[in-house]
Amino acid sequence: MCVPTQSAETRKYIKLFIQSAIVMNTPSLELVCPAGTPAALKDAVDHGADAVYVGFRNETNARNFPGLNFSADELAEGITYAHAKSCKVFVAINTFARAGASHLWHQALFDAERLKVDAVILADLGLLHYCHRTYPNLRKHLSVQASASNVESIRFYQKAFNVKRMVLPRVLTVSEIANIYHKTHAELEVFAFGGLCVMAEGRCALSSYATGKSPNTSGVCSPASHVHYEKQGEKLISKLGEFTINVFESHESAGYPTLCKGRFIANGKPLYLFEEPVSLNTISILDKLKAAGVCAIKIEGRQRGRAYVAEVVRSFRAALDNPEGSLLIPATQLSTISEGQTETVGSYERGWR
Amino acid sequence: MKSFLTLGPLLFNWDIKKIREFYFKIADEAPIECVYLGEIVCSKRAPFLEPVLQELTERLKQAGKEVIYSTSVLIESDKELENSRTRVQAWANGLVEANDMAAIHFLLGKPHCIGPYINVYNEEALLYLTEQGAIRVTLPFELPQTSIAALSQAQNRANLELQVFGRQPLAISARCAHARAYGLHKHNCQLICGQDLDGMAVLTLNQQPFLVVNGLQTLSYTYCNLIRELTELQNLGVSYFRLSPHHTHMVEVAHVFRNVLDQKYEGEEGYRRLQALLPEASFSNGFYKSEAGYVNRGKG
Repeated sequence: MCVPTQSAETRKYIKLFIQSAIVMNTPSLELVCPAGTPAALKDAVDHGADAVYVGFRNETNARNFPGLNFSADELAEGITYAHAKSCKVFVAINTFARAGASHLWHQALFDAERLKVDAVILADLGLLHYCHRTYPNLRKHLSVQASASNVESIRFYQKAFNVKRMVLPRVLTVSEIANIYHKTHAELEVFAFGGLCVMAEGRCALSSYATGKSPNTSGVCSPASHVHYEKQGEKLISKLGEFTINVFESHESAGYPTLCKGRFIANGKPLYLFEEPVSLNTISILDKLKAAGVCAIKIEGRQRGRAYVAEVVRSFRAALDNPEGSLLIPATQLSTISEGQTETVGSYERGWR
Repeated sequence: MKSFLTLGPLLFNWDIKKIREFYFKIADEAPIECVYLGEIVCSKRAPFLEPVLQELTERLKQAGKEVIYSTSVLIESDKELENSRTRVQAWANGLVEANDMAAIHFLLGKPHCIGPYINVYNEEALLYLTEQGAIRVTLPFELPQTSIAALSQAQNRANLELQVFGRQPLAISARCAHARAYGLHKHNCQLICGQDLDGMAVLTLNQQPFLVVNGLQTLSYTYCNLIRELTELQNLGVSYFRLSPHHTHMVEVAHVFRNVLDQKYEGEEGYRRLQALLPEASFSNGFYKSEAGYVNRGKG
């Protein structure tokens, strides 16, 4: 009997097809949504979030902005509200504890455990170690601020601290993400929409170089306290501390001076050296992310208003629930509320680099 | 406690002839006890350094210097990961400095060094890494004096190192801003970063010097200079002092730091000598002083 032989190439495709089929039949991507305030939490839950992520009102979280975040009591109420509608609550304790002041971060963990959050999102080695020893049953997610960008780093966090889920840094391509999933079988969460870090997260001191405050140390980037605008004739100058981040002509719409989205002079000419003022939007590649093994997608923007949260959550809920995939999504609606109003799929496609 | 002067890994893309001359001069003339070698910024540059790594190592060791292999800051692809693993395992000359969690995972349980790109912001992180085999930890660039003081008081067996001279690495990206500024793509970058020996200056739109770009890395335009703080750092318990290589009079710079460490003259005098050696450079100590990094504060 003659058995047809398969080329190596064919076998590879069959294997990939089976893998993708298995992945596509798994539950839908979990939609993880920002809640900067108790009101935003309710909006996110009501519009279809599978999980919300929040922070305490202090420097223990990476969105330590005035008027944002939760007291322990507010969080308790938020958890009751979310759980009643089968929505999980994750708490980001994802800055790096200040030497001599770890008690503040320990208190945050204590409260998170006491209030029965569904997971804590951590970045700091010291805090991961402490949490692993002190609250072994508290589910741990690795914050994007830990910037675990390769298989070996992820294995380390799995083995050393029993971290269940990794929020991947926004520097990886879809095929690199697929490879990480294939080799670690970790739960992978990726950013799907919102502000886009150009730099490896948790390893960036640009903001503290200009202002003294950084995501790692203070939970802020390009803080509003250091932002000011100057009018110069027809031009509008945006500054961060002492430094000009952009100059807008009268026909240009002025944006917030996030340092890495500024216009600078390099090699003799002005340009958006690191990144244009764009916003991440992966709504067109959700199927690819899922096929790569991603289990959860995250919406950035705990600092954004309720309208943003409601609109983005509703759009992504519709996209995920629609079996036809991303073609029927109200992308136009989304693009009007994204930062800078220009969108990119960022590093997920190799050309971005 | 004895104070050691170290030379951090070369961050910039110099040609091999310049690299050999530079390290031979360091071997012969610089009062430096320890040299870190390795291409840590961009995996595309690594194949050029590889062929001379052993020669440089032997030359430096013959001159009585400790040589430590320093690993990549950002590892993404499996190829980069395997290259990093191979290099770490093949390094038979002494210690390895880990600059990424993957490298720490390779080195668990063995004596090793922790580079400044690992986030050691507090006592618990420091103690955890020490338990895993770290014997020397170079602290992150943005740590203030208050944190350094607290860390040095932790019950810790690892020696502490701090960069005290040179432009400060502030960020790393998967995207190459250097190639971008020259209208090139990362995958066909022509190693354009080799044109700028101390990094490509980045100015604000009103011509104020702000940053420098070095391939995937962004650094401060100012040179960190903690020579006036050396004695305080020695008293705090920091015992390794890192100079970051620049296209300047590094041997003379090392002598000035050595003389202040040995109390031949005061930090203020050392500062004046560095100003004379690098008349074009702006110095800063803002991070150390709990201020914006670019700030430069004298005494009082």
